[in-house]
Amino acid sequence: MTQQAAAPKIRVRNLSVGYDGNLVQERVSFDVKAGSIFAIMGVSGTGKSTILRAMIGLLRPSAGDICFDDVNYWSLSDAKREEGGRRFGMLFQGAALWSSMSAAENVGLPLQMFTKLPAASIDALVQVKLSLVGLDSGRDSMPSTLSGGMRQRVGLARALSLDPEILFLDEPSAGLDPISSKRFDDLICELRDGFGVTVVMVSHELPSLFGICDDGVFLDAKTKTAIGHGAPQSLRDHCEDPTVHAFMTRGIPAGEAAKPAEAAATTGATDGGP
Amino acid sequence: MSAPPSGPGWSTRIHDDDLVLVLNQDWTQTDFQASDLDTTQALLTERKWNTIRFDSSGMRLWGSSLLVFLSALRRVAKRQQIRFDESALPAPARALLGLIPDVVPAMTTPTAKVGRIERIGVSVLDAWAETLSTMTLIGEIVLRTGAALRGRTRMRASDLMTAMTNAGVAALPVVALVNILVGGIIAFVGALELRRFGADIYIANLVGFAEVREMAPIMTAIVMSGRTGSAYAAEIATMQGTEELDALRVIGISVDEYLVLPRVTALSFMMPLLNLYAAAIGILGGFLVAILMLHISAQTFMEQVRSAVGLTEIAYAILKSIAFGAWIGIVSCRIGLRAGRSSSDVGHAATTASVAGIVGVIVLDALFAICANSLNI
Repeated sequence: MTQQAAAPKIRVRNLSVGYDGNLVQERVSFDVKAGSIFAIMGVSGTGKSTILRAMIGLLRPSAGDICFDDVNYWSLSDAKREEGGRRFGMLFQGAALWSSMSAAENVGLPLQMFTKLPAASIDALVQVKLSLVGLDSGRDSMPSTLSGGMRQRVGLARALSLDPEILFLDEPSAGLDPISSKRFDDLICELRDGFGVTVVMVSHELPSLFGICDDGVFLDAKTKTAIGHGAPQSLRDHCEDPTVHAFMTRGIPAGEAAKPAEAAATTGATDGGP
Repeated sequence: MSAPPSGPGWSTRIHDDDLVLVLNQDWTQTDFQASDLDTTQALLTERKWNTIRFDSSGMRLWGSSLLVFLSALRRVAKRQQIRFDESALPAPARALLGLIPDVVPAMTTPTAKVGRIERIGVSVLDAWAETLSTMTLIGEIVLRTGAALRGRTRMRASDLMTAMTNAGVAALPVVALVNILVGGIIAFVGALELRRFGADIYIANLVGFAEVREMAPIMTAIVMSGRTGSAYAAEIATMQGTEELDALRVIGISVDEYLVLPRVTALSFMMPLLNLYAAAIGILGGFLVAILMLHISAQTFMEQVRSAVGLTEIAYAILKSIAFGAWIGIVSCRIGLRAGRSSSDVGHAATTASVAGIVGVIVLDALFAICANSLNI
């Protein structure tokens, strides 16, 4: 894929999202460049996943625009938006595999639904996608018999089934051990390099963020908006906001400094703090 | 000065204006007495102390109960402006005590006052929204069925077959059991009355007519609502919780077409077949009771049944059971789709679906009876 220098793949402007009139994030703006691995960061409960749900078409934003290749996604008709959604692959937290289907069927269903390919071709494609994620053997296993890491891999293979342009990942390494987590990160990098997909991931796993993400946005719960833009590494090294700094260095924000009694008892846990 | 007060695990010593609490023995959760708190609090308030100190040299084991005791003391001390000197406490206990706030935070209960009229308004609006979305679902299903009949559907044949097996063959044993018993019961009840008039032979008419026209359709629908309807609701509600529905929506697979349509089609198609089977089994139940206990000959029984049950009755019953099947399918899927994301929501969805299915089927049956009556069927 050729690098389109100027136009961002995804442009989010003044996005406000929330449930039942309670906004969790307001006036969030950011750009995602084509081919980047973009992180949506923030402490738990900031509304990272909610932003992601708005981007993939599951939750209508309260205000603001989300544009993919300069097309305003939420101003499209439902049918057009659904069609546009087929350019996305989404890996849910915990994979959300369809539990009544085997791993191969999970990966094959989107192909069955949206292509006119004969069964043999679908089968071959499914086999390839499963091997890409390192699961050549488990194709006929049911999701309930797979381990967390394997489920996550099948989920990724399913997200890749329609050869998406953009891959959305919701906390991909949550619940994985460090080794599986690292392998998964490498896999995402390889897929990005190989297929040229743009990756948007919600995560708060520092090793993943520093390891693979080259751009990102940091959401804050208190101000309900984005308080930092840039790669996790540069946010760590250059961002002066205490919350961002604390997040990136696994510390406690200055405003919420430990109480004296606590600090006395817990020295060592706050090293690297502000 | 009177003897210093004490309690299980603690005693007191007085130094001028300072109160020294001597902590001895073990402080474990199992022998925690909430009444101790009152004693010590009374002690702190009875005169103006300068400082409260501790002597924990005799204390061996301690747990949460010590923290409860100390934090309560600290609260009172703060209120009475007594200095709380915790330096003699074990360091870990001091650290943990530091985590407990001095003031018990008031429970934040957002009690927005909702008036009765507002509540009524909200529930009317909710009911209206629910009716609209159920209507939309019904419309959607009708349109998609139309498209499917013309061969334009994304519904997978394999899903339809699975749903049909579950709602058909798999239900045969329980439908048979219920209906053979119902047939037998009708025969018994009828016999008691009819025998008084010497009209035993009309047992056959009663069993045949009642089974075909009413009992088989309604008993089958009730069984299927409890068995299949609640299973649909629970299954779809679980998929809601595990984000499986979102995963379908993201790639643009219509949940209505992919999940609801095969289920509703399967139930509407299998229900009339089950109904015919149920009616036959019900008549068999009545037949067994009639020949074994009432000594009516088999041939006479069959003759009477044939004269009582015409094609109209059978057609009427089939029509009814198609409506029952569609109702149970649509209502249970709808309840599953609107369920929340927790495990208790799944249970709630299953219960609601079977209740709504059964009540709805009986209401539908009454409507059918009224229509049939005015049309003289």
